[in-house]
Amino acid sequence: MAFWASQSLNSLALGGLLFMLAAGFSLIFGLMRVANLAHGALFMLGAYVGLASVQAGLNFWLAALVAALAVGVAGGLIERFLLRRLQGRTLPQVLLTLGLAFIIADACLMVWGGDPMRLPPPEELRGAVRLGDLAFPRYRLFVMGASCAIGIGLWLLIERTRIGAMIRAAVDDMQMARAIGISASALFSAVFCLGAALAGIGGVLGGPILSVYPGLDADMLPLALLVVILGGAGSLLGAFIGAYLIGFVYTFGQALVPDLAYVILFLPMVAVLAIAPNGLFGRRLS
Amino acid sequence: MSHKTAYSCLALIAASLLSSSAFSQPEPIRIGFMTVRSGALAAGGKQMEEGLNYCLQERGGQMAGRKVELIAVDTGGQPATTRTRAQELVERSKVHAIIGPLAAFEALAIDDYIKQVGVPVVSPSAAAEDMTQRKPNPWFVRAVGTSAQANHALGEYAAKEMKLKRVATIGDDFAFGHETTAGFQRTFEENGGKVVKKLWPPLNVADYGSFISQLPTDVDAIFASFAGGNGLRFLQQYAEYGSPVKVIAHMTTVDEGILKSMGQEAVGVISSGWYSATQDAPGNKEFAEGMRKAYGADPGYYSVGAYTACAFVDAAAKAIEGKVEDKDAFMKALRSVKLDNGPLGKVSLDELGNPIMDVTIRKTEMKDGRLQNVVIKTYPAVTQFWTYDPKEFLANPVYTRDYPPAKNLGN
Repeated sequence: MAFWASQSLNSLALGGLLFMLAAGFSLIFGLMRVANLAHGALFMLGAYVGLASVQAGLNFWLAALVAALAVGVAGGLIERFLLRRLQGRTLPQVLLTLGLAFIIADACLMVWGGDPMRLPPPEELRGAVRLGDLAFPRYRLFVMGASCAIGIGLWLLIERTRIGAMIRAAVDDMQMARAIGISASALFSAVFCLGAALAGIGGVLGGPILSVYPGLDADMLPLALLVVILGGAGSLLGAFIGAYLIGFVYTFGQALVPDLAYVILFLPMVAVLAIAPNGLFGRRLS
Repeated sequence: MSHKTAYSCLALIAASLLSSSAFSQPEPIRIGFMTVRSGALAAGGKQMEEGLNYCLQERGGQMAGRKVELIAVDTGGQPATTRTRAQELVERSKVHAIIGPLAAFEALAIDDYIKQVGVPVVSPSAAAEDMTQRKPNPWFVRAVGTSAQANHALGEYAAKEMKLKRVATIGDDFAFGHETTAGFQRTFEENGGKVVKKLWPPLNVADYGSFISQLPTDVDAIFASFAGGNGLRFLQQYAEYGSPVKVIAHMTTVDEGILKSMGQEAVGVISSGWYSATQDAPGNKEFAEGMRKAYGADPGYYSVGAYTACAFVDAAAKAIEGKVEDKDAFMKALRSVKLDNGPLGKVSLDELGNPIMDVTIRKTEMKDGRLQNVVIKTYPAVTQFWTYDPKEFLANPVYTRDYPPAKNLGN
């Protein structure tokens, strides 16, 4: 019993982390049709910036804010000055993001060195909560809550605000959206900023669990891709469900059949692609 | 004699002096150094470079009176790249010896090649058992122990002196993790202990949570064997779960190279290894202090491995008076190297090219404002075969995930 409860909580914590990573990726892909392969690198950059801020004396929460802003701005710059030049040319754009992923990873290695580093959780969230014979880290409970809060915030933004309506319109039909006066250019920048900022904050929140090390980007990117393929690109709900689904599959796969953990991780993706090629909640993207 | 002839005389003398000195000046000894500067293994690569540079500086950039030219290449931690880089070093740079590469799978990738061209290779960190056991290479020696060399001692110590009865193990799911854990399990169980559970998280697992939840809390200790940054992540996450059980570990789990990034969670971990920055080996005090001064951190597994590899090459070059062009004599000298002081203290190589050296049991403590591995017991002159007869040892299969078989799982 404790085993199932504890693994379920682990799955939820991992799912929460994956959601923060995948939500941005999914938004960007849905709107701009660019598979942003630098997303893992932005996640790692967020973790490093957060760590540097903590080392500079900021508290954890301020550090998370700094990282989100810094990575968001970096994302905005990437969109404005690089991706924009290749507008409408998907393959070069994807290659560009791949190149950026390498550049960001090597820059992190240069600035922060190759030593894995630990990002301590905030003082008030250290230690474990005990419930009978079940011990569960307080910080992971917080990550679950934070990801739900971010999920709800994003949902409100997209479903209940004017900007959200514009994003939805542009995801559905870009040309029509432009025809009724939505500025795609501003929208693209905004969404890229937002997506990058989400990755950045995910990196900081993930730091105390994953630690910060070169290669974090490459470890996280495939999981983000999995989530998005499973949930459907451009769909917030898809990213949410997909992230938690992968969280469960990953955690239980490793606990129950460790030898086949990676096979099991990719099986649901194969199944979903065979039955619903656009993902569970994805719409056909033109 | 007119001025003119005097001058031309002088010029002639000067010219002949110059040319003769150029003639007698021997070519430098060229050492290829295979390191990793990019990717996930870069931290270890950087520490190797520090150890190697320290060794060369200490010797004034010379070995056996000849200048040393170091040709460093980046393998990126990729076996295929390692192979090409080795070929470059041998065929283009014409190196006399190679120090490197970092990972065992890289060393295996050049195993055939170095046999074929016959170039002495000293490994500063690759620990795969069979490279100096069942599949030795005449051109290969190492400056580190085998995966299990220190853990045989830990297994015995855990059973006999710590009086542990039941232990669960967790280790990286690749050869290094398997071999280190197997060595511990073998001596621990032979001395009356029981390994009741073995867990193998994949090498690049993002989250240890699902494994930590499976670690039993009713055992006497957890044996942990992690490489690279995984030890940091595991101990940190284990602490988050309240660290219900004492941790004993393979040396790389709490290596000085990552210990500097750790916190309170590492305090109290008991480990075994052939190097600790605090160990009382002749020459280690100067070495550790010098390294700390030069690089601002305690030396660890990789820096000591590279330093020792360099010291081996130096000692071998001296033994043959610098005539490293004679490859066979050079290799022979390398195989019979004996050092009396340095980070490892007394060290020599066995017939298969693996070091015989002291192994210590250490406890991680916070001392002088930093985490240190404090020695609590020393096992002198430990070989890769521990107390077993080498012949019998080699007649058994190599250590794996399931060898020796764990007979007490679930007890």
